[in-house]
Order: sequence, then C-alpha cells, then structure tokens
Amino acid sequence: MLKGLKMGMPEDRVILLQNVTVKYRAPEERIGTFKEYMIRALQRKVRYKEFLALDQINMDIQKGETLGIIGRNGAGKSTLLKVISRVLVPTEGRVWIKGRISPLLELGAGFHPELTGRENVFLNGTLLGHPMREVEDAMDAIIDFAEIGAFIEAPLRTYSSGMVARLGFAVATAWIPEILILDEVLSVGDEAFRQKCETRMETFHSGGTTSFVVSHSMDTVAALCSRVMWLDHGRMRSVGDPQTVIADYRAGAG
Amino acid sequence: MANPVVPVSNIYDSARRGNSSLEELRGIFLYRDLIFQLVRRDIVARYKRSVLGIAWTMLQPLGMMAVMTVVFSQLFRQVAGYPAYILSGLIAWTFFSQTTTAAIHQIVWGAALLNRIYMPRTAFAISAVGTGLVNLVISVVPLIVIVLFLQIPINASILFLPVSILLLTCFSLGVGLILSTMAVSFPDVTEMYQIVLLAWMYLTPLIYPQDIIPPAYRFWVFTFNPMYYLLKLFRMPIYDGILPDWQTLSIGTGISLATLFVGWVVFARKADEFAYHA
Repeated sequence: MLKGLKMGMPEDRVILLQNVTVKYRAPEERIGTFKEYMIRALQRKVRYKEFLALDQINMDIQKGETLGIIGRNGAGKSTLLKVISRVLVPTEGRVWIKGRISPLLELGAGFHPELTGRENVFLNGTLLGHPMREVEDAMDAIIDFAEIGAFIEAPLRTYSSGMVARLGFAVATAWIPEILILDEVLSVGDEAFRQKCETRMETFHSGGTTSFVVSHSMDTVAALCSRVMWLDHGRMRSVGDPQTVIADYRAGAG
Repeated sequence: MANPVVPVSNIYDSARRGNSSLEELRGIFLYRDLIFQLVRRDIVARYKRSVLGIAWTMLQPLGMMAVMTVVFSQLFRQVAGYPAYILSGLIAWTFFSQTTTAAIHQIVWGAALLNRIYMPRTAFAISAVGTGLVNLVISVVPLIVIVLFLQIPINASILFLPVSILLLTCFSLGVGLILSTMAVSFPDVTEMYQIVLLAWMYLTPLIYPQDIIPPAYRFWVFTFNPMYYLLKLFRMPIYDGILPDWQTLSIGTGISLATLFVGWVVFARKADEFAYHA
C-alpha cells in the first residue's frame, strides 16, 4: 500500500497497462538447429521479420472487475494474458500489477502420472507459488472439493480425465486470488461439477477478486463480464459495456 | 478455502525491475519449497515402479565399476585398488554428466509451464542438480564400502569430501544453466552435448591413471580441463586419503564459482526471452 502511494497509484487499482507492446522477432525461415544457426550467422543470412502481437494496449482495471477479452484466433488474447501473468515481459510499455495471480489456464499442467494425487497436489501447489505449509493446510479442502476421496493416495495414472481436471481446478482455486485468469476452462467435468466451479467463481468475485475471462463463447462473456475488450490484430478495437462491444464484434467480424 | 499468506511486497512493475540475477535469486528463495517438490518428484517417480527402488542408485555405479574393472584392470595394473579408483571417478563424473543433461531436459519440459505461469526459471536447473546431489550422496555409501573392502585406509581427509562435492555442484549448476539457456532456442544442443560429454570423459583421467598421458601432452589435456581438477578434488580425500593441495583447491574453487556466476548471470538475463521462443 505504501509502495502504491509512493508511485501515485490509486488505492483500488489492480492492473495498469501503459502502451503495452509485444513484438515477436521471428527468423524469416525457421532455423531449428544450432548448427544451422551458426552456419547462417557466419554467412550473415539470419533475417528477421517483426510481428506485433500486441500494439499499444492501454488499460486501467479496478478491484473486483471481471474483464472479458474477445477476438479472433491470433488477435493477441493469449499474449495479453501472458503479459498479465508475468510470463512475458512486454517489449515496450509498462505492466503494473498488485496482488497474487492465479492462472486457470490448463488444469493439471505439471502433474506427474506416477505420483499420487496427494503428492501431485503438493507439486502443483508449490508450482503456483505456495509454501508447503499452505498446501498442507488446504489439503483437506482440496480433496473434498475435487471429490477424489480415497483415490488421493493412488497414482494419478489411475485417475479418469475428469478426476484429473477436478483435482487441477481444486488446487488452482484453493486460495482466494487477487487476480484470476480464466482461459476457456469453464467446461470442466460434468454438469454438477461445473455448477460447483461457477459457485466458487462467484465467491471469488464477491470477495473482491479481479478476473480475466477469455472465451469464444459470447454467451459466457456476456454472462460473466462487467467490461469487455475486443482485440484485433494486436490492437484494441473497442472496450466497454459487454452488449455493445459484443455487438460491434459480431458486426465487424462477420 | 483459505487466504494465502500474501508476501509483503506484492507489486509487480515491469518498468521497475531490479537486476535480473538478483531478482532470480529472490525468486528462488520464495519458491524454495518448489525445488524440494521437484527433487522429490524426480526421485520418487524414477523408482516407483521398480522392485529394488532407490537401491539402484547404489547398484548402478557398482555394476559399472565391476564391468570396467574386468575390462581395464589388466591394462592399468599399476593403479592400486583400481575398483575404488574407477568408482570414485565414475560417481563424480556421472553426477556432472547426469545433472547437466537433466537441466536441459527440465527446461525443455518446463517450457510448457513457463509459458503459463510465473516461477523462477532457474528452479529447473537447480532441482536437476538437487536430484543429482541426492543420488551422489547415496552412492558415496558403496564407495566407502569398496574402499574398506580393498583395505585402503580411510583418513580424516574424508571430512573434506563435502567441500569437493559443493564445488562440483557449483560447476555443474553453472554448466547446466549455460546449456539450458542455449537449449531453449536450439533443442539439438542436447544431442550435441552428449558427444561433447563422451569426448570430455576420455580426456579426463577417469578410467585411466593420469600418468599414462605422455608428459608432453599433459599440459594441453589437463590444464584447460575443469573436470580434471574437480575429479582430483573428489578423489584425493577418499581414495588417496590426503587433503587436496592448495593449487588444485584454488583452481577448482575459482573455476566452479566463476562458472556458476557466469551461468547464473547469462541465464537470468536471457530468461525473459524464453517465453518469446516457446
């Protein structure tokens, strides 16, 4: 808080994007091997082509907002999420974030098939940045929410895909995050479990969690989001009220 | 559901990032439990479906020692207690070659994760070295058994062994970091490195005693070979039963720390670009 004041950030701002630009610099021809690279580098034949994945994105996001991001494939949605989740450092511009980020990108990424459910919960929890003590404290609630029961002591390879997804979701949402990233994941498991997931999302939201929702389903976006951003070729086409932006998008993309 | 213990400084500002090497160091401290879990995963997963389990860590070097002793003992008859000589060399070399190779594999495997969630990226190389370290410590047990069996006297110099292991660890981590930096852009570094390792192994007095190399070539073969010093540092306290001389120790320390420093700085500086490649 003190630090926020020092930098002149308003109290309830969670994310600030200023002129965020991501420029991929890809070789014109794919150079896959080190040998090939050395040969070409010596011949000075490595030519690069620049590609703007994000172009001057400006955004100010307040605590508790649910922001939807829509756009066609390759519009820069994933890149924007990467920038926000600290995975990608922007080529230009500034990203300012206050709070812990929980990405629900791919449930169960990092799970190991030979380890038991419990061992995998520890592995995944620490991957998300939680100390083991916190994972231990949350263990019972995780097992309970995932509806795994006694299977928690069995190797993950014996699980059904639904069980793996449920366990992944339970670990990723075991702690109330300040910022939550949802990338097409609200389609996990059966109807009953989906209901549980949505209830949990609502709990987060009323607890002040700021969320990002990326989806190709306009119904999902319209139902969940308080504001929507439309990305097109790395540029922000429009941002604002969900109904208006979705209508614009449908008209523009159609 | 619980509220996590939120770190005091919880603000990320891409415009105000400190020195990359120090940031990485701070990240590793915050994610120390992850290192433990990654090491645990590697050890548990490796032996989970084998009958003998962790005993393989001791049996494998013993088996290799037996084979090499049968093949080479006639050739190197002048080496007293040849099985202990070869085993001590094998353990140190295996640690180095396995951890550096594992560091590459880990970063390639981890690329999918690094693309989705933030974590200190040195975690992969560090956990690879951590796993190797556990295996190394376990395999010192059969080495001591063999030394005792061959009636090589065990001196107080054996207490120096942890220092030798620490230096070997620093060197391996440094090399592992440099290699994984390269492997992110060029996956074929792995294949190339296996060939380099093979040549490197034969240039290091691992199987043979160092005096079979003619004096005229010794300078070229050994002077610029870091593993020559590190292997010597590992062997002296347990096989020769003497403390390393100052010259070997200072060169070994210098090389290890310098390699680790360079590896860390290069990796940390390049780590931001990893997500651009994957």
